Amino acid sequence: MIRYFLNIVFMLAFALSGVQFAQADDDAFGQLVEQLGGSNLRNKVQVIEQIAALEDERALPVLEALMNNALYQRKSDNQFVFAADEDKQLRLTSVVSGEDLGLASSRDVRKVITNNSLRSQTRTLVAVTRLHSKKNEVKLAAVSELLKSPDASFLAPLDAAIAEEKNPSVLKALQVARGAILLGNESEVERLKAVKAMDGYNSKQVLTLLQAQLDVESSELVRKEINDVLGGLKRAETGYKFVEDLFFGLSLGSVLLLAAVGLAITFGVMGVINMAHGEMIMLGAYTTYVVQLLMPNHIEASLIVAVPAAFLVAGLMGVIIERGVIRFLYGRPLETLLATFGISLILQQLVRSVFSPLNRSVITPQWMSGSWEINGFLSLTYNRMYIVLFALAVLFGLMLLLKKSYFGLQMRAVTQNRAMASSMGIRTGWVDAMTFGLGSGIAGIAGVALSQLTNVGPNLGQSYIIDSFMVVVFGGVGNLWGTFVAAMGLGVANKFIEPLSGAVLAKILILVFIIMFIQRRPRGLFALKGRFVEG
Amino acid sequence: MKITKRAWLKAVQGAAVAASLSLVSGIVQAADTIKVGVLHSLSGTMAISETTLKDTVLMLVEEQNKKGGLLGKKLEAVVVDPASNWPLFAEKAKELLEKEKVDVMFGCWTSVSRKSVLPVVESLNGLLFYPVQYEGEESSKNVFYTGAAPNQQAIPAVDYLMNDVGVKRWVLAGTDYVYPRTTNKILEAYLKSKGVAAADIMINYTPFGHSDWQTIVSDIKKFGAAGKKTAVVSTINGDANVPFYKELANQGVSAEDIPVVAFSVGEEELSGFDTKPLVGHLAAWNYFMSAESAENDAFIKQWHAFIKDTKRVTNDPMEATYIGFTMWAKAVEKAKTTKVDDVRKAIYGIEVPNLTGGTAKMLPNHHLTKPVLIGEIQEDGQFQTVWQTDGEVPGDAWTDFLPESKKIVADWQDPKIMCGNYNTETKTCSGQNY
Repeated sequence: MIRYFLNIVFMLAFALSGVQFAQADDDAFGQLVEQLGGSNLRNKVQVIEQIAALEDERALPVLEALMNNALYQRKSDNQFVFAADEDKQLRLTSVVSGEDLGLASSRDVRKVITNNSLRSQTRTLVAVTRLHSKKNEVKLAAVSELLKSPDASFLAPLDAAIAEEKNPSVLKALQVARGAILLGNESEVERLKAVKAMDGYNSKQVLTLLQAQLDVESSELVRKEINDVLGGLKRAETGYKFVEDLFFGLSLGSVLLLAAVGLAITFGVMGVINMAHGEMIMLGAYTTYVVQLLMPNHIEASLIVAVPAAFLVAGLMGVIIERGVIRFLYGRPLETLLATFGISLILQQLVRSVFSPLNRSVITPQWMSGSWEINGFLSLTYNRMYIVLFALAVLFGLMLLLKKSYFGLQMRAVTQNRAMASSMGIRTGWVDAMTFGLGSGIAGIAGVALSQLTNVGPNLGQSYIIDSFMVVVFGGVGNLWGTFVAAMGLGVANKFIEPLSGAVLAKILILVFIIMFIQRRPRGLFALKGRFVEG
Repeated sequence: MKITKRAWLKAVQGAAVAASLSLVSGIVQAADTIKVGVLHSLSGTMAISETTLKDTVLMLVEEQNKKGGLLGKKLEAVVVDPASNWPLFAEKAKELLEKEKVDVMFGCWTSVSRKSVLPVVESLNGLLFYPVQYEGEESSKNVFYTGAAPNQQAIPAVDYLMNDVGVKRWVLAGTDYVYPRTTNKILEAYLKSKGVAAADIMINYTPFGHSDWQTIVSDIKKFGAAGKKTAVVSTINGDANVPFYKELANQGVSAEDIPVVAFSVGEEELSGFDTKPLVGHLAAWNYFMSAESAENDAFIKQWHAFIKDTKRVTNDPMEATYIGFTMWAKAVEKAKTTKVDDVRKAIYGIEVPNLTGGTAKMLPNHHLTKPVLIGEIQEDGQFQTVWQTDGEVPGDAWTDFLPESKKIVADWQDPKIMCGNYNTETKTCSGQNY
């Protein structure tokens, strides 16, 4: 009992002394933070170094806020505060005392001015402290940050981190970072150890560091080791570069596929030269914009809502166009071309009048930003990965619809032999409208995906219409598999030519190739055969 | 046969009457008002940028009329739409000068549209104020360039990156047309004159509206991993910028690692971006909406009142339009006439306050003195100025960094020169004005 009591007394005393200690320290920390105001950015760089050197546990949040541009000053008393969003207002927390300062509007605070060099300095300082983080990925990110500018001052924190590290892959990364610093060491043995530590660690920075060391290295032994390690790294780099190019190609291909697959229905299956196809994509993209306006607090889910919405909007517009214009023009391709071109201009101007000629900003949800870092040589961007998957899903769904559903059966019947289908009791007019609506709706879905990659503006459609026709014609009119193979083939070919020739020439080469190909095989890759093929 | 002949005669008669009537009304109108032609695309690809400038001119005309017009006459704006179609720019310019008999024109955005208008304004002795930053290498007697020449935007930006940021490796990325090609040629020559090795410069061109930047960004990333500080100097045209910056952000290239300094991205373009991934990237302009001055505050207020939308931003070409218009108005008052030759002679040396502070002065080579500002993009789509020139930089029509144009000067005031393309070595004026 007495012991228990004593314990409490001790704890209280300790806590009190702790408070006192913190207050004495307050001055140093508080004074330094005060200097973060104003616009003298060179001074701020020194200040943050001093803050980091304090070993105060309040230092890290300040640095992190500074790095993310989220440190504020309250206008009324110039107090430095953190601000967190809460019900369209900001909840302020004092930086120095940690005290809750209540809610305020964004006009009551002013952002602490930073610039690139200050932020990059902060990032390095934060990375050093993050070496002791509990999460492995945070530690790995910190290491790659430190590798950018190896400095002898990181050695002590790195050694401390290495001593307590259990995870082998993090340990390897830490040792690589340590090696990067010791590469400049005077001792040959240390340098050799440093190079050996880097063996097999796939990272562009390591490659650069070793290359630079090779130019100044005097010891033959170390040179040989560097060459060995470099050889391995370069082989890995070439391999991953190939994978990366392939991914780039497939992702470009899936964008082409998305843009073209709707046209494969309207042009390929129905034979309508639909110049307004691009504008259906544009409508889909604008639908995404409107959906985000309607649900500003649920941006993460907005795309999922936007997909069916865009399908409906563009599909409905397609049905209206088919019933209003195109059905009077069947069998007159030139008139259809002109009429749909006119419609495309009308739709563009309509969007200009409603939404203004300026581009609209569509927000990318968090889950689609950033990239999946596989290693230092290969990282795949999430938005492209989702779009590849999405394109495949759309194609698969469409094929299922055409092959397995009653509507698909009717549609195929009408395309193959209109008169026969009609006499079997199929309402060909209705099927035409629905088919055109389906093609347009899928173009709308493509617009949702494209809104994540490119501008949402009145000209969005125009930039994809040529590519879409190219893919459909190349793949063979009326064949979805052809469209798929053509899109992926052109995408991959483009991305493998581009590094060699530049983007402008790559595009020209692809077009020349298509012209030559169409000369030899006017019906494209997968020509339809049979008696329903029109002359 | 007879009937048709009579009908034909009648038609001719009618046309003649109509023509004489319109001629009369034309004369009456010309006596009443001073006509200001506005030659900006209101439809087509360039409408996105040019519509704003049309509104700016309309606002300035309205403002001037509130002050009582010029020379006791009201101003009247004549707006035409060249529809982003370059040959149509020439036709519309001709229409403005011959049919509408405008006293001055404000217009054009792209260099190709300006080049298309040049022969028209020169042969009909018109007056054009061109408000956009451009590649230089031109000085026409009939055109005043109120946007930046390369030495007022590109060169100071590169200087900033080289001296203040310590950039050693350069990516010059641009859209494949005349402005980026010429600017990059000048920059490449400039960088090499500063001792940058050819291996440290990467030049890349992409088609208009390029949207798949994966390979290029991955190349830039690789180029930037060579251990030296790397920066991208971007002359990428408007629409291709969004996918470019998105790809940069997604591949994890941040402004701290590889900053991008852009010459075609301003507040107006940023209002169509999701700016989160762009924070910290740079732009070089002669004006930022965030500039703190009483003139700027008044201008923004006036713009918001005119356009009836407080969310609209102002940008650099708007300031250039404002300066051009104000200078022209002052020159007209000084010359006491709107005759092109008199106004032209009166405008040299006229000074107008910049919206960012300091003054813009019209030089005899038809360019302005301008301050140069470098700004970092903020989350709210505005720029925070991180550097600016000490005073104003005089616009140089012919760059000093290309050997073939180093010896050429433009001066429309010096009676010994009176030429926009004067070779100081051979002491001759090229036959062309530009």
